[in-house]
Amino acid sequence: MLLRHTPQEITERHALTINPAKTCQPIGAMYAALGVHGCLPHSHGSQGCCAYHRSALTRHYKEPISAGTSSFTEGASVFGGQANLLQAIDNMFTVYEPEVVAVHTTCLSETIGDDLPQIIDKATKDGKIPKGKHVIYANTPSYVGSHVTGFSNMVKGMAMKAETTGVKNGKVNVIPGWVEPADMEEIKRLSGLIGVDIILFPDTSGILNGPLSGEYKMFPEGGTTMAELQSAGDSIGTLALGEWCSADGARYLDTNNKVPCRVLDMPIGLMATDRFVDAMRIIAGVSVPEELSHERGQLVDIISDMHQYFFHKKVALAGDPDQLISMVEFLVSIDMCPTHVVSGTPGKAFAKRIRELTAGLPYEVNVKCDQTADMFLLHQWIKNEPVDLLIGNSYLKYIARDEDIPLVRWGFPILDRQGHQYFPTVGYKGGIRLLEKILNALLDRKDRDDPEQSFELVM
Amino acid sequence: MDPAAIKEEMLSKYPPKVARKRAKQIMINEALENETPEITANVRTIPGIITMRGCTYAGCKGVIMGPTRDIVNITHGPIGCGFYSWLTRRNQTDATAPDAQNYMTYCFSTDMQDKDIIFGGEKKLEAAIQEAYDLFHPKGICVFATCPVGLIGDDIHAVAAKMKKKFGDCNVFAFSCEGYKGVSQSAGHHIANNQVFRHLVGAEDEGKPGKYCINLLGEYNIGGDGFEIDRLLNKCGITNNATFSGNSSYDQFASAHTADLNAVMCHRSINYVADMLEVKYGIPWIKVNFIGASAAAKSLRKIAQYFGDQELIERVEEVIAEEMPAVQAVAEEVRPRTEGKTAMLFVGGSRAHHYQELFKELGMKTISAGYEFAHRDDYEGRHVLPGLKVDADSRNIEELEVEADEALYSPRKSEEELKALAESGLDFKSYDGMIPDMDEKTMVIDDLNQYEAEKMVEMLKPDIFCAGIKEKFSIQKLGIPMKQLHSYDSGGPYAGFKGAINFYREIDRLVNSKVWGYMKAPWQENPELSATYVWE
Repeated sequence: MLLRHTPQEITERHALTINPAKTCQPIGAMYAALGVHGCLPHSHGSQGCCAYHRSALTRHYKEPISAGTSSFTEGASVFGGQANLLQAIDNMFTVYEPEVVAVHTTCLSETIGDDLPQIIDKATKDGKIPKGKHVIYANTPSYVGSHVTGFSNMVKGMAMKAETTGVKNGKVNVIPGWVEPADMEEIKRLSGLIGVDIILFPDTSGILNGPLSGEYKMFPEGGTTMAELQSAGDSIGTLALGEWCSADGARYLDTNNKVPCRVLDMPIGLMATDRFVDAMRIIAGVSVPEELSHERGQLVDIISDMHQYFFHKKVALAGDPDQLISMVEFLVSIDMCPTHVVSGTPGKAFAKRIRELTAGLPYEVNVKCDQTADMFLLHQWIKNEPVDLLIGNSYLKYIARDEDIPLVRWGFPILDRQGHQYFPTVGYKGGIRLLEKILNALLDRKDRDDPEQSFELVM
Repeated sequence: MDPAAIKEEMLSKYPPKVARKRAKQIMINEALENETPEITANVRTIPGIITMRGCTYAGCKGVIMGPTRDIVNITHGPIGCGFYSWLTRRNQTDATAPDAQNYMTYCFSTDMQDKDIIFGGEKKLEAAIQEAYDLFHPKGICVFATCPVGLIGDDIHAVAAKMKKKFGDCNVFAFSCEGYKGVSQSAGHHIANNQVFRHLVGAEDEGKPGKYCINLLGEYNIGGDGFEIDRLLNKCGITNNATFSGNSSYDQFASAHTADLNAVMCHRSINYVADMLEVKYGIPWIKVNFIGASAAAKSLRKIAQYFGDQELIERVEEVIAEEMPAVQAVAEEVRPRTEGKTAMLFVGGSRAHHYQELFKELGMKTISAGYEFAHRDDYEGRHVLPGLKVDADSRNIEELEVEADEALYSPRKSEEELKALAESGLDFKSYDGMIPDMDEKTMVIDDLNQYEAEKMVEMLKPDIFCAGIKEKFSIQKLGIPMKQLHSYDSGGPYAGFKGAINFYREIDRLVNSKVWGYMKAPWQENPELSATYVWE
């Protein structure tokens, strides 16, 4: 057994996290920054942070991830990292020629209290930031929040670049949250179908699902441009897709630029996608094209076709709040039974929301979202109440193997399978793909386990 | 292309200060007999220059202590460091024994929050150690400091000592391996090895039985390398008492002082442990290399020569004779497709040297190489050690003062025996480094960065480039196959004879893959329309 030391009996832990269902803020800031056109993320800390984040993102996206680091030494840790950051900004603009550098902090630079706005101001005054180029930033101490809040903080850093001219641009800002490049592409396609002109930020499509052509572009064509970010202050409204990843940036634009916002769930599954499409329709004042209603109908069709295999199957999930909320709603909507749910990202509203979504079920769901809401606890829950399916990142494969439960890989990070960069799970088409994955996992298991007498060709 | 022109071209884009610094770390090999030019290494990374390097915590927790299965490793810090070092290195371990403990699949962290940073994290650490002990009752618990721990001044060593005393049956000790220390992972290796030497080695007097008993130092069992080396050693009748630290367990470290020879694979990460084991316990050390079939054969012969027993010497020859034909058959099959091709290797502190052997066996030429975190002696050889300047960054990394152990010191060979062995060609405490093994006019580059990597590939167009995961896809976007020599891209083992066969086949697959021919679509190859369909 790979997790042979995990006991069935649950004892309370207060200090020790085991097998976390989260990681730290800076990686989220780095991923978000990669969705800005011509942007080089920069990690203000010791070089290990940057190396770890680049490695983790590369393993998941299977694409080059470039990012700078302030490479703190013991001296910088004592005397402050200003000199390192100034030198880094100078070197990065000279050698790599990005349009934008997106600086985020780490536990190291936050503990010593480096003041990013002041250092960036000094870099500007010292002429280290070439004319027409930009530095954006986010404070992302690793001892607060999680990778999800780090993403959110960098999104807010982008929103801070928005300008208000007083002349509306007729566009809608859409903040997609930490989803795959293919999901961002799908959100753009859906918006295009409905006929809404959007500014999507961040947008990693084209950057983290790029082609192989014999050419390496450190800054590929994709990403939200600086001009778009600046123009976001003139948009008619902002849709934030997910409270945890996207709401802060949207609320910032609401408060500072008087761009009204609505916070929706991530458009994953039937109902959340319905709400997204409906909101877009209302904002644009248009009718939803038949093509999209057709896609929706296809998803409903698939649900009815597959329903007998989903019905009352128990599911355990680990992941991030925005994704889990929509996924739990989706599972309930197809009569599956989310049974255990953990997210390491703190926020009491999450557990409350999951309880609301599962209120109609004949049992109480196990849900936790704090420091000890980890995969160790999830495993113990499963030992006490077994499930039929696991949904979450690659780390769940250890539980899947030990307990012999099928696993659908979904979320971050996925380190042992490919394709997630290319096939969306948002929207109606994404819903179809999710259901296909779930059904395959369940039926592959049935085929493996059915006795010869009842082994079926037609299912 | 003239290497001097390449170097100049690479430096031309840098700000002057960066160019001056990098110039000393980029060397055109003009090695002559007994004389190698000086290279600058183990110096600070330049802020903003996209480096391949990681940090001290990664070297300590990830590399050295990561592969030990039965110690509970608790990261004291915010969640990230523990998360990123959770199962991401491919250290294999054999925990199939019925009562074997294996915590390598787990990640343990104190997950420090802002209140712990403000008020101190010692209490939380103490509670975390207690919770780990209550849940698992392991033989050992290790604690690893992350950056903020050093800054807020948590005394992790005092907490560890207190808990060790409290438990009585669990060895608890800590590592001050904050990420900002040193200039690379290398400092973390040193901090880890020092603590293993201080808290573990010598604690257990019963080593593995065997007539020819060695320790293998600096082998981390990535992709099962250590398993293949163990297979060969077993076949020869040599006992591997303890590997530092691939496939290792608590007891193996504890009895390391009972072996009669230390064989050092990765000189960079562990040569000082070999030195300390010699001074304290009287165990001599030799450098070995099991990467490459002829290097593996040579290493087995060196071990046999050390023990000097005719029976062993003959057995080793038998094993080599038995294993070699299969290796040579594959080399001969593959070589027509690899002969004359070129490679670049930028990795680690020993692999960029060791793997040149395998490429040589494929008829491939290494045109440029360098280490990520090595020191000058790994490039130029140990003769430069007395002249190395200790800078501010190195001074902060503890050097243990070791003396002969009153009870346990026992020289395995007399002065005369050592001298005789040396005269017969067995070099003790010797490593000549990478540079003498490289051709004239090749380029040796320390701490290569992303910009230089891209430039080198564009200008010299190697047939294969070897580095790590962060470099993998930027190189491959250029249409050049990239082989990871940290994780082996899920492949391996590549050590020993079976490993050589695996590597030959892998390189053949990579450099001859059809995919590199698909970069351009037909309409990109011939953009001009020269004909049109005549559709009536």
